[in-house]
Amino acid sequence: MTINIYIPRDAGALALGAEKVAAAAREEIEKRGLDAKIVRNGSRGMFWLEPMVEVETAEGRVAYGPVKPGDVAGLFDAGLIEGSAHDLSLGRPEEIPFLAKQTRLTFARCGIIDPVSLEDYEAHGGLRGLRNALEKTPLGIVEEVTDSGLRGRGGAGFPTGIKWKTVHDTEGAQKYIVCNADEGDSGTFSDRMIMEGDPFVLIEGMVIAGIAVGATKGYVYLRSEYPNVHKILNEAIDAARAAGILGKSVLGSEYAFDMEVRVGAGAYVCGEETALLDSLEGKRGQVRAKPPLPAHEGLFGKPTVINNVISLASVPIILDRGGAYYRDFGMGRSRGTIPIQITGNVKHGGLFETAFGVTLGELVDDIGGGTATGRPVRAVQVGGPLGAYWPRDLFDTPFDYEAFAAKDGLIGHAGIVVFDDTVDLLKQARFAMEFCAVESCGKCTPCRIGSTRGVEVLDRLKQGIAPEEQIETVTDLCNTMKFGSLCALGGFTPYPVMSALTHFPEDFRPAPMREAAE
Amino acid sequence: MQQARTEIASAVEPIIDRWKNEEGPLLPILNGIQRELGYVPRESLPIIAEALNLSRAEVYGVVSFYHDYREKPAGRHVLKLCRAEACQSMGGDAVAEKLQKLLGIRFHETSADGAVTLEPVYCLGLCACAPSAMLNGEVIGRLDEARAEEIAAEVRA
Repeated sequence: MTINIYIPRDAGALALGAEKVAAAAREEIEKRGLDAKIVRNGSRGMFWLEPMVEVETAEGRVAYGPVKPGDVAGLFDAGLIEGSAHDLSLGRPEEIPFLAKQTRLTFARCGIIDPVSLEDYEAHGGLRGLRNALEKTPLGIVEEVTDSGLRGRGGAGFPTGIKWKTVHDTEGAQKYIVCNADEGDSGTFSDRMIMEGDPFVLIEGMVIAGIAVGATKGYVYLRSEYPNVHKILNEAIDAARAAGILGKSVLGSEYAFDMEVRVGAGAYVCGEETALLDSLEGKRGQVRAKPPLPAHEGLFGKPTVINNVISLASVPIILDRGGAYYRDFGMGRSRGTIPIQITGNVKHGGLFETAFGVTLGELVDDIGGGTATGRPVRAVQVGGPLGAYWPRDLFDTPFDYEAFAAKDGLIGHAGIVVFDDTVDLLKQARFAMEFCAVESCGKCTPCRIGSTRGVEVLDRLKQGIAPEEQIETVTDLCNTMKFGSLCALGGFTPYPVMSALTHFPEDFRPAPMREAAE
Repeated sequence: MQQARTEIASAVEPIIDRWKNEEGPLLPILNGIQRELGYVPRESLPIIAEALNLSRAEVYGVVSFYHDYREKPAGRHVLKLCRAEACQSMGGDAVAEKLQKLLGIRFHETSADGAVTLEPVYCLGLCACAPSAMLNGEVIGRLDEARAEEIAAEVRA
């Protein structure tokens, strides 16, 4: 029997040399005349072990990593295809503590299957959600999603079921499903990983959404920084179309649904849903005033569901196992699981899907293992460039939308960036303002002008010019931006700035400047 | 009377034809042109405007809004270096300084010999193997000074 050797085609693995490892493995298989083939899977999400090579044995999968191209011949010598021991042996991947501690619902197949094999997808539970959905009425599907308690995983946390219900109830000859795959937050890659590792789950989620609200066309708005995703997603869409999952009659039903990928052009603000819609329409990606809501007047003025990748990719498991099953995970009003990305200066960086409720400290210290540099953790930023900086004192905060909001922070797209004690929080605050200035769409004044003024004020503070005055000014400016901006870019830039100022005041009152000449 | 077809027009027109009857065709057209030519030439804007029944100002407004679009041709290699927080936490700023010195250019510049264009990017989604970069579309993780030197040598070759 042909033995499967798994070598990821996930961008994270590729960035660490997976392509060369695959080429070397191919060469060894040929040279040794082995009955083995290489499957390019997604990543399991343990990037300190990538490229991680797995081999299918009679006892299940066995993993090796991190594998360098130069290790490959030695691995084959040691008997990799029988799963024999080697210095790089990791044992059974699912028993690696980082994976064993997770609850993988949305990412159940990621890293396990060949991402573009529908056969693999179905063999691992794929399409069960869609088949169940086809047994239900559209409203029945919406109710299941509402019942699950799923909230928008892009960052806003708005209940997905309510959004779908609004579009369902809105009359329209043409409706759209738009998937927001403009994952621009630093410290996040869950959208990328699922689209590279299990693209069919997103396609299935979008088809279900289309049936539920009466939409026949879907767009994935993908950021241009993800060319590898583009390739894999298109392969999967072609396969889904060939298999009748997409097209005039979804799996032989009365429903039609088709979709395509559209690529952005490097504007962070297009991750904001209304800017994204304008960009899809071929305009400058400027934020729209709400109302009207996209659910009423969205893409090309038509009723539109716009959801993040992870929200849509969580729908198939909800329709497969039922809303109640999903809802049973989590805490408070944060139901289900969330794929948390542990990144930056961290020993064990990767994707950790778990039920809501895990604390920040557990994630950073226990699961992440502290910093990569071995220095103490001083701060973590959660939720991307618009998220707060957290000090160790608040590491007991549980991962929960409301608990984070209560401490003046946000979960956002659930990315955690870890910093060691060399971080300068004044510099990070300045970067937050600078980033806002670079990426502002320019439509509203607090964001467009406020961010530039913010950089200037923080520069004066850095120079030690009337520090108390600058702190007062930046605080006032943040207040204006928070309440006066049209969208989260200007509105949330105050989170990193004010959290840095509040929790790390010592960085904002620099030691007296070295003696000036005056 | 048939106009003399410039090189740019002949590169741009098939891309416009591919997309002009689709919904929201402007970004796919601009992306296609940049992929084909490495930049979006000023001369292509009136051609696009006419085909899509837009004003030149509207097309220019869109081109100038998005960071990806270049007004001038890029170098033979394009190096995008991530400048965002996760990469900062792993010494990304030092790597950026080093690379600028090695290449003799600042961000948004192309080296005089046309070898390389250096561009900032805000997140490549490689935050668990930071600092990261993308060289001609290929991703690179865990950049350090040694790797920066290799990259500089590679683009100079």
